[in-house]
Amino acid sequence: MYDIGKYYEASCAQEAVRLLQEHEDAEIISGGTDVLVKLRSGKGAGGTLVSIHEIPELHGVDRRPDGTLVIGPATCFTDLTNNPLIQECVPYLGEAVDTVGGPQIRNQGTIGGNICNGATSADSAATMQTLNAVMILQGPDGIREVPVTEFYTGPGRTVRAHAEVCTAILIRPEDYVGFTGCYMKYGKRASMEIATLGCCVRVKLSADKKTIEEARIGYGVAAPTPIRCRRTEALLAGRSADDPQIYDLIGEHVLEEVNPRSSWRASKEFRIQLISELARRALREAIARGKDGESHA
Amino acid sequence: METVGKSYKRVDAWGKVSGEAKYANDLMPKDCLQAKVVRSTIANGLVKSIDISEAQKVPGVVKILTCFDAPDIQFPTAGHPWSVEAAHQDVPDRKLLNTRVRQWGDEIAAIVAEDNVAAERAARLVKVEYEEYEPIVTVEQALAPEATVLHPDIRKDNVFAHNSFKTSPDYDYEEAKKKAVEKYGEENLIEVSETYRTPRISHCHLEVCTSWAYVDTNGKVTVVSSTQIPHIMRRVISQALGWPVGKIRVIKPYIGGGFGNKQDVIDEPLNAWLSIQCGGRPVCLELSREECVAMTRTRHACKGVVRGLATKDGKLLAREADIYTNKGAYASHGHAITSGITTNFKDIFHDEYGCRADGYSVYTTSAVSGAMRAYGVPQAAFLADSLADDLCYKGGFDPLKFRMDNCVPPGFVASTGITYYTYSLKECMRRGAEYIHWDEKRREYANQTGPVRRGVGMSFFMYKVGVYPISLETSSARMILNQDGSIQVELSATEIGQGADTVFSQMAAETLGFTMDRVYIISTQDTDVAPFDTGAYASRQSFVSGKAVKKCALKMRARILDYASYMLERPAEELMIWQNNICEKIHIPGGVKEEADPYADFLDAGVKEYDIHDLPNGEAAILRDTGVEKDVKPGKVLLSMKELSENAFYSLDRSEHITAEVTSHCKENTFASGCCFVDLEVDMPLGQVKVNNIVNVHDSGTLLNPQLAEAQVHGGMAMGLGYGLTEELLYNEQGRPLNDNLLDFKIPTAMDVPNLHVEFVQMDDPMGPYGNKALGEPPAIPVAPAIRNAILHATGVSMKEIPMTQQKLVAAFKEAGLI
Amino acid sequence: MLKIVHMTVNGKEVELAVDPRESLLETLREKLNLTSVKKGCGVGECGACTVLIDGVATDICLYLTMWAEGKHILTTEGLKSPTGELTPIQQAFIDEAAVQCGFCTPGLIMTGVELVNSGKKYTREELRKLISGHLCRCTGYENILRAMEKVVGVDS
Repeated sequence: MYDIGKYYEASCAQEAVRLLQEHEDAEIISGGTDVLVKLRSGKGAGGTLVSIHEIPELHGVDRRPDGTLVIGPATCFTDLTNNPLIQECVPYLGEAVDTVGGPQIRNQGTIGGNICNGATSADSAATMQTLNAVMILQGPDGIREVPVTEFYTGPGRTVRAHAEVCTAILIRPEDYVGFTGCYMKYGKRASMEIATLGCCVRVKLSADKKTIEEARIGYGVAAPTPIRCRRTEALLAGRSADDPQIYDLIGEHVLEEVNPRSSWRASKEFRIQLISELARRALREAIARGKDGESHA
Repeated sequence: METVGKSYKRVDAWGKVSGEAKYANDLMPKDCLQAKVVRSTIANGLVKSIDISEAQKVPGVVKILTCFDAPDIQFPTAGHPWSVEAAHQDVPDRKLLNTRVRQWGDEIAAIVAEDNVAAERAARLVKVEYEEYEPIVTVEQALAPEATVLHPDIRKDNVFAHNSFKTSPDYDYEEAKKKAVEKYGEENLIEVSETYRTPRISHCHLEVCTSWAYVDTNGKVTVVSSTQIPHIMRRVISQALGWPVGKIRVIKPYIGGGFGNKQDVIDEPLNAWLSIQCGGRPVCLELSREECVAMTRTRHACKGVVRGLATKDGKLLAREADIYTNKGAYASHGHAITSGITTNFKDIFHDEYGCRADGYSVYTTSAVSGAMRAYGVPQAAFLADSLADDLCYKGGFDPLKFRMDNCVPPGFVASTGITYYTYSLKECMRRGAEYIHWDEKRREYANQTGPVRRGVGMSFFMYKVGVYPISLETSSARMILNQDGSIQVELSATEIGQGADTVFSQMAAETLGFTMDRVYIISTQDTDVAPFDTGAYASRQSFVSGKAVKKCALKMRARILDYASYMLERPAEELMIWQNNICEKIHIPGGVKEEADPYADFLDAGVKEYDIHDLPNGEAAILRDTGVEKDVKPGKVLLSMKELSENAFYSLDRSEHITAEVTSHCKENTFASGCCFVDLEVDMPLGQVKVNNIVNVHDSGTLLNPQLAEAQVHGGMAMGLGYGLTEELLYNEQGRPLNDNLLDFKIPTAMDVPNLHVEFVQMDDPMGPYGNKALGEPPAIPVAPAIRNAILHATGVSMKEIPMTQQKLVAAFKEAGLI
Repeated sequence: MLKIVHMTVNGKEVELAVDPRESLLETLREKLNLTSVKKGCGVGECGACTVLIDGVATDICLYLTMWAEGKHILTTEGLKSPTGELTPIQQAFIDEAAVQCGFCTPGLIMTGVELVNSGKKYTREELRKLISGHLCRCTGYENILRAMEKVVGVDS
């Protein structure tokens, strides 16, 4: 059994917010794949859990008339990957979350949890950074929007307040229309893996497919939080997609924008090698996909 | 043979696929209490006091016992047969709970509670005061003069044991080198001097170590455990508690893998004691996965400081090695595994002048090293095969030819007297090379450029079958004829997933003349009932326990025929058993033609020649006798087994319950062998290795069940891949394990393993009861060094240690200027 | 304090009083004696506890029983026909020698059933990914793949 002090099943986000307000020791549980693991290790043992597992409106993906994608945070990774809107608009996000853990975990873990747990190694993180995703947080004082690029405050820490519940993740059309992209997860094995490094590169090619109009580069584990490499993105903008030098450019310049750490899982030096090499390969793939006419509208 | 050698389906498969096979915890009674071990949070020191006052207040806590309550009895834990000679007994160096803490996570107290939450809450509230010493994680630290002596009552320093093996008593590497310089000239010699390292790894059987214990109505403490060694466990619990063996009962149901970890007694004595302390109530002690990875047993990490000398045309002249193994906190299997590494390193090659290998097993404050699949030989193979390929690389000669020219020869007699009878090592290598297209690929991959490169590599091994004459090999078997004419087979050589129950059933059916569906094997071992056997280890069962099955079946057959003779009023010599019937025996010159096995397509029927050296006169024929007469065939059916057994049970004239029980004291041994060839590609900028093709070829004598044999090799190959590339138990400076879970301890997933190809070279071995030799452990041996050598071929980079993680590979490629 | 949960387990509606702290793994094993559900790690890293919840393969060591309200649960015990016959995927595991120690087997079989229910056919590479949430230390996965291919492989 899990050492749960009190357990509440919220029927809606508002109720969840109220329960969180009432219980200072409360933690939100959604898919359970992080919270229960932590609880088992003794962290938060005896505390309160507020479950949002059974709130229907937090599940699924929708598209607003303006093209904005609205992702329910309790949507599990598998559902995200298989969702027709995701496949049509941001398939690389579906691919990215298809590298989380293994198939069963992907049936359980949720996209909201993946972001809200604040992990730099989250497999959605690099891609969400490049998508300028917006977190909708509902709290006691109402609803606020926080760009995911401003969401993280440190390892395992975010701006989400104790009594705030993420009710949606938005992806705006200007952040995906016309882009192709690729997420590369690097781990020690091919499945059941936490990322040693995650890199997402997305490009928007010109109509003739010859020029990179816009590039976006996001990383997980290249710093204590997920990051963007905006200066390198700016250097790539306007460059020829056929210029072989762009690969050295990205491979070298991203290194000025990252801050990887050494841990027993991987050394800083090794991560630097991966940061550079994965950027090259992800850019190559993103451009190749763009040239194949796969861009998404 | 009729039944042996055919690919029968596993006798336990139905139970396992239907989910109905019961493992230890599946049998736990509803009222079972839950125990939790309180573990030290330092690696080295002394428990000065333990305050349990807060922990005791947790609702649901039944009992808290600490190292100050535990009996002052030291006991050994190794799953070895006990020795009647004190000098050969395993070293008793631990207690149920220890005040002297020798590893992070050492057992210092135990909580028994109504449920796991209460036990865990209480465990967190136990306050411990320590006197703390410096952690000693590595062998180097343990050997430093200032290091704390971890077991001063056992050894004067941290060297548990040291031994030295030489091919001849006067052999010396430097002397050999002098002679070689004189004979061949210095300019014609190649020398390699290196230090190679292998990691500490965890077995990662899917079922964690678990047991539950209670005191039965007859006063016996009864332990239901996931173990490979029920009878040995019974003896060890007796030693640990100071109770007579007869008051201990161990029951082993189905178990979810062992790989050697469960060839040790883990926490079962503690579990038994906790139940006794709780008035005999059932208590379950299930370890968490984390405890199971870092606090049970591991494969010895090993450092080999080695030198090798060869001529420039590829003749191996001399070698030496100083091998240090990290034994961890307690003796467990003592020096046996280290000794296995040293002897195997020495024996696998034939050096013109000779070889010396010294082994040191060293106590440290880290996880206890014990038995693991292939018992030291994977380490030996990595040392020997790395040295071999580094010599080849330096000298520019072909690694396959080098091995063909310098490997252990047919008829080799080890210092233990174990003789290599049926010899297929070279044939295995020939087959492996053919499959992987060795010559072609060596040429094709010779001059590559670019970031992704391919290579082929190989490794080979030999492996002794069972432990005789180093230890006792003894096994008993019992057979009982049921009223319906079926047979019941009882053994204590345990099924742990390897398929032992299936091949034992095949053996019994073969020798008795029964069909497989009339043979029932008792899979659960209960030491109160099951005849004695030391258990599942050393790839011994089909060989050692197989002899007991054969001997028992021969006795049983004679008893059945004796009763048939009485019923039919005909001499037993005129009768035989054929497919569960008593038949007339018809002699035919030339023997009976055997049917082809549907899975025989990967077997080589062509190789039947072998060399038998030094086999005592007449022994070959006796040993090779499978108990099945080759020149007879069944004639008229005279009596069904059902008729016979019904009479035997219920005849008013002669009621006789037909049973047989034998002890087989095995005093034979030999070597199995084999090799691995891999074809791989290395993505250098990412340090990633992709195996594109891999084959293991095994010489394990006659295969008892080809399909199951192949399956067992697959598993060993995957284990070898993990050993070579990803698996390693890591510690921080405080001696705390870092990656004690299945996320961070990287055993391969289905996406990490390539398609696995297996071949066998079958020779009827005169020592095996049915021509068979060891197979269970060997598949794990050659894979890691073969990968290592293929990386050398692909990139020219000689890796000195496994696992060859991506990070280590990238660092090595950078150092070599390749990226 | 116990709470009442209603679910359909192996085709049978059950009403159980459960501790809200229980994982579905514990409820199925301890309250319903469905011991095919194995515990290998407790943290979703091995797949031994996989069952189908509303048809979806789930590591139920990380699934609170409270969430099972109204759900359909299928374990290996629920696969046999009323007369005791095995499903094709179970039979394929026997025929292809995909079983050794058997501890990972029920979980893998449930993933196999999920694949059969999908009605699709899979390549070996796809199957490798689809079973990669199950660790097996005995088989090297080779014969498990052969068994899966026999039933849901592209050539089956």
